[in-house]
Amino acid sequence: MIVVKNLTKSFGTQYALRGIHLEIQEGTFLSIFGPNGAGKTTFIRILSTLSRPSTGEILIDGKKLQDHAESFRQRIGVIGHSTFLYDELTAYENLQFYARLYSIPDAKARIHQALEEVGLKARADDFVRTFSRGMQQRLSIARAMLHQPDILLLDEPFTGLDQHASFMLMHWLKELKNEKRTILLVTHDLTHGLELAEHVAIFVRGKVAYFEHTDHFDESEFQNHYHKVVAAGGAA
Amino acid sequence: MERWTKWLGLLLLVGMILNLYFIFIYAPIEKTMGIVQKIFYFHVPSAFAAFLAFFVVALFSVAFLMKRNYFYDRISYASAEIGVMFTTIVLVTGPIWAKPAWNTWWSWDPRLTTTLILWFIYIGYLVLRDFTGEDERGARFAAVFAIVGFVDVPIVYFSIRWWRTIHPQPVLMGGEGSGLAPKMLFALMFSLAVFLILYFYLLLTRLRLEKARMDVNEMKKAIALQEQ
Amino acid sequence: MNYLGKILAIAYKDLLHEYRSRETITTMMIFSFLVVVIFNFTFDPGSSYALEAAPGIIWVAFTFSGMLGLNRSFIYEIDKGCFHGLLLSPVDRGAIYLGKMIGNIIFMTIVELLTLPLFIVLFNLQFSNYLLQLLVIIVLATIGFAAVGTLFSAIAVNTKAREIMLPILLFPVVVPVILSAVNATGSLLRSDDWSQVFAWIRILLAFDVIFVAICYATFEYVVEE
Repeated sequence: MIVVKNLTKSFGTQYALRGIHLEIQEGTFLSIFGPNGAGKTTFIRILSTLSRPSTGEILIDGKKLQDHAESFRQRIGVIGHSTFLYDELTAYENLQFYARLYSIPDAKARIHQALEEVGLKARADDFVRTFSRGMQQRLSIARAMLHQPDILLLDEPFTGLDQHASFMLMHWLKELKNEKRTILLVTHDLTHGLELAEHVAIFVRGKVAYFEHTDHFDESEFQNHYHKVVAAGGAA
Repeated sequence: MERWTKWLGLLLLVGMILNLYFIFIYAPIEKTMGIVQKIFYFHVPSAFAAFLAFFVVALFSVAFLMKRNYFYDRISYASAEIGVMFTTIVLVTGPIWAKPAWNTWWSWDPRLTTTLILWFIYIGYLVLRDFTGEDERGARFAAVFAIVGFVDVPIVYFSIRWWRTIHPQPVLMGGEGSGLAPKMLFALMFSLAVFLILYFYLLLTRLRLEKARMDVNEMKKAIALQEQ
Repeated sequence: MNYLGKILAIAYKDLLHEYRSRETITTMMIFSFLVVVIFNFTFDPGSSYALEAAPGIIWVAFTFSGMLGLNRSFIYEIDKGCFHGLLLSPVDRGAIYLGKMIGNIIFMTIVELLTLPLFIVLFNLQFSNYLLQLLVIIVLATIGFAAVGTLFSAIAVNTKAREIMLPILLFPVVVPVILSAVNATGSLLRSDDWSQVFAWIRILLAFDVIFVAICYATFEYVVEE
């Protein structure tokens, strides 16, 4: 379980987060929506230990994230809009590099398995720069799943993907969801975000303005609600 | 802090007037170098103030990285600015003194050269702060750079001294403290004390200015929040 | 994989990337050659000044081309967000620093070793008796330069000025390295007593040990956010 208590983050005099409270149960799929500048990306960066909070804390299974950053990194997988892949290396070499950093045992077999799962086995020895955006994103999924993290953080993963690639990504997220991983998806794409979510949250101006289980509304209802919450500036 | 600054300012005013008296009237004129030797009473105290300033920068940079107290960071920043100013005085007064005394503007003597490198290091520090803006990243980068730079200074000095002994040249500034007339020594010591007061006065003033600037930012932020 | 394994994985990745793209070393080499050739114009061919200035020129070539390499070191990581990938993995920040530093040392040493023959030919130098000593000086100076340079490069890449920032920060701090390397090389050229060369090697050694330790310890403060 992930518990976020009164999390704030300021850059100089600008506040990106002003007191986030969240409880995320193990194995849930939470979609986080919000307009630009709502603090979604900052939140993911803090959760993934890239950034440290100004105040407040995050507990994962009762342990403080910051105090055990290195061991939690082993349990967290991140997929963002950038792929974290080296253009001049082949797909296999990219995964091999990450396999070494994550100390994955029997790396060769695991890499081939991961490549097969995302349908890139035939392209294993091709340079990443020859890949289409969609293929790069698939490889990025393989990279994030290589160490089989139980917590997945996705930051706008649909950005720049064509229809087919989006469909593939959705398919993958469904698979991952069935494997009972805790998944956090940050997006401003309501349709994609709602399709899989069990919980939804709306961030407005660095605060959680709305948090609800998806059983409690349907999509059109939520769309209305979303616009209301954002327009109200988080006061609702 | 304001009351402190006021008293220190008063002390500085009296001290500086006395200092001028001791330097130009009380202390005798040097026989061979003449009146130009007077610059020495500004040159040496400035060098001491600069070294103190850079020591403070390094000390509070370490403290900042450990405690993340932004007050420490502001002390480092302010002290670096003042240190660069004093170093500039040293680098300007040095050649003015050297030209009539030894008939050369510049000598690659270890102390002078180290001071020049020191100046470059802390100019780098100020440029770095300029290019990182006000975010906490700038404070972190500057602190790391200040620590590396400070550790570097003795090594720079040592390597330059070794360089100059290999290519022997007249040691121009050797033993300048030796053989001073008692009255000159007194004037020098007094000037040293006054320059240290000047350093602390500038530091406090700079910190007050910084605080005022931050208060204004706080107010702006509060207004912006209300408007939301 | 253990700590050392992760360090080597990072250095190996840098080498592999360079082997594929050949961006950095090619630019460094051309630049280094250019410096040697252009400085050659400042003297009459065969004048005695050339020999005296030779150590200075060669180290100007090495440090300036090294600067180019150091700048690339983090820029290519940042462009595709790869550096975040590195920071997200369970690797100690110190290990990242050491891995990047080793990569930079290898790049610089390769360029230096390739420039050296050109230099010997153009300046008609007699190094053959001292090749081993010269290699020791080159390696020690490169370690010191890369130790500080890797740390500062990680700083510079995150500032508004990027490429311009690194030389301003790095050159004053590595004065002892440049001074020692130039003078040690000069001593070798003049066939001075070995003890004089060794005195400079001692300074290089001290610099290397002190700054690898300090930069290793402070790197984590640079990359956290």
